Amino acid sequence: MEHYDITIHEARALLGSRQISATELTESVLGRINSVEPQVQAYVTLTEDVAREAAAAADQALAAGATASLTGVPMQIKDVMSTKGIRTTCSSRMLENFVPLYDATVVERLYAQGPVLMGKGNMDEFAMGSSTENSAFHPTHNPWGLDRVPGGSSGGSAAAVAAGECLFALGSDTGGSIRQPAALCGVTGLKPTYGLVSRFGLVAFASSLDQIGPLTKDVEDSALVLNAIAGHDPRDSTSIPGERPDYTKALTGDIKGLRLGIPKEYFGDDLDPAVDAALRQGIKTLEDAGATVEECSLPLTSYALAVYYIIAPSECSTNLSRFDGVKYGFSAGDAATAWETQERTRALGFGPEVKRRIMLGTYALSAGYYDAYYLKALKVRTLIKQEFDEAFQRFDALITPTTPTTAFRIGEKANDPVSMYKSDVLTIPVNIVGIPCISVPCGFSEGLPIGMQVMGKALSEETILNIAYTYQQATDWHAKRPSGLG
Amino acid sequence: MPLTREEVVNLAAIYHIQLSEEEVARMQDEMANILEQFESLSQLDTDGVEPTSHAVPLATVMRKDEPVPSYPHDAVMGNAPDTEGEFFQVRTVLED
Repeated sequence: MEHYDITIHEARALLGSRQISATELTESVLGRINSVEPQVQAYVTLTEDVAREAAAAADQALAAGATASLTGVPMQIKDVMSTKGIRTTCSSRMLENFVPLYDATVVERLYAQGPVLMGKGNMDEFAMGSSTENSAFHPTHNPWGLDRVPGGSSGGSAAAVAAGECLFALGSDTGGSIRQPAALCGVTGLKPTYGLVSRFGLVAFASSLDQIGPLTKDVEDSALVLNAIAGHDPRDSTSIPGERPDYTKALTGDIKGLRLGIPKEYFGDDLDPAVDAALRQGIKTLEDAGATVEECSLPLTSYALAVYYIIAPSECSTNLSRFDGVKYGFSAGDAATAWETQERTRALGFGPEVKRRIMLGTYALSAGYYDAYYLKALKVRTLIKQEFDEAFQRFDALITPTTPTTAFRIGEKANDPVSMYKSDVLTIPVNIVGIPCISVPCGFSEGLPIGMQVMGKALSEETILNIAYTYQQATDWHAKRPSGLG
Repeated sequence: MPLTREEVVNLAAIYHIQLSEEEVARMQDEMANILEQFESLSQLDTDGVEPTSHAVPLATVMRKDEPVPSYPHDAVMGNAPDTEGEFFQVRTVLED
């Protein structure tokens, strides 16, 4: 196996015993990026110089006996998180040349563990999309089928991990933007509980839904990265106070007696039969490992999509009103008045999907429609939350497919917003109720990966990580790597 | 039913975003298609249900009112599209 294909925990063993150096590992990943990036296009910005410097520093630290958990490990950060001195674009013309003055808290926390930044990940503009086709710069291609989307909005992150262009990546998940691309690219993606990880320095899309999490090659790596990024942050007022546990300690491989619910609404008519079959097999594997399995019902599931596509655009329309062409970012130079500058800046700086959501949000929040749309959505959110609360009184976790189908073709849904929105139907409820959820690879159909979600109640990361870990101990879907690249 | 041209133009004006005629026409249809998907919510009885704005209960967070160093002025202004001296520069706000 090539160095770029290894996991973080494998790299730690090899680096710690000095069988490879951080520089060798980084050069292996840089070489991989050189050969596959023209096909995959997972990055917006590459930071080779930063990476080589960090690798050299990591080698010095290792020689001095460094024990930080990610020393010398190559990573990618989705381009929605601020990196001091490194441009942070959100894959938007609006921020094409924006260079932050500070690091996001997650970036600070990661740097404290000594990893090597390879660059910033491509994404749907301002994290709005499910295919990474909404990047203002270029689409990203799925490493398992280059004519397929990698999912979105963290498509560059998932594709980079799958293709060996980094050992792990950080993504953000507002309606499935970590888990859906993880499923479509055959990697492991974790959306933590809302508030577990600081969002300071994350460019806001929908503030009551956004959460940062890792995309990795397996669950053990997911726990390692979560250890690094989770923690209370006084700079994020939604950050949950208190200490975080060591998540790697939860990975016992013992799930005997755990009660797993299988909500039947996630296995509806729109589910691809191959996805259904892979999930049934996955559930059987968990049952064989000692969990008890029982079908259950979450009748409000089908309403979650409408709730999401009211709340998220409403919040985004207020968050994105900060882009006025005055303080930072793009500014239209051809306007006669200040108001016209703002109108022209947004006209030229935002892409079609961002404009669509701004307009929807403005509609849902406007006088006369507020009660019928926004307030109604918040009330249904309460009902959906009650439904999950009740389910978690009976079950330790819920098991569902991550996506209704495998990766669709680039261009297939690009001109049909409603059809694109529906590809998020199985990931969205988790964000609405703020609970943690992990997607792990559980099979293939015609060479394309399938993902399985494990959902738990708020702050039950240890439980869902252990279930997913136990699953990966019994299967090898997560160990498969795409061939034929480069 | 598509939104009227006037509705879309009015929303764009509220948000201070310029849309081309082509964008307005497309938005009339697309927004109507999306709004149609929202109609299902009206089937649910939500009388007496409290709205949830955040899934995780949040209290107002207070911090000590202590001065901390800010970012250097010229570094902050370095990201501004147009400046004059220490200030952001904008086009005419009030016309004669």
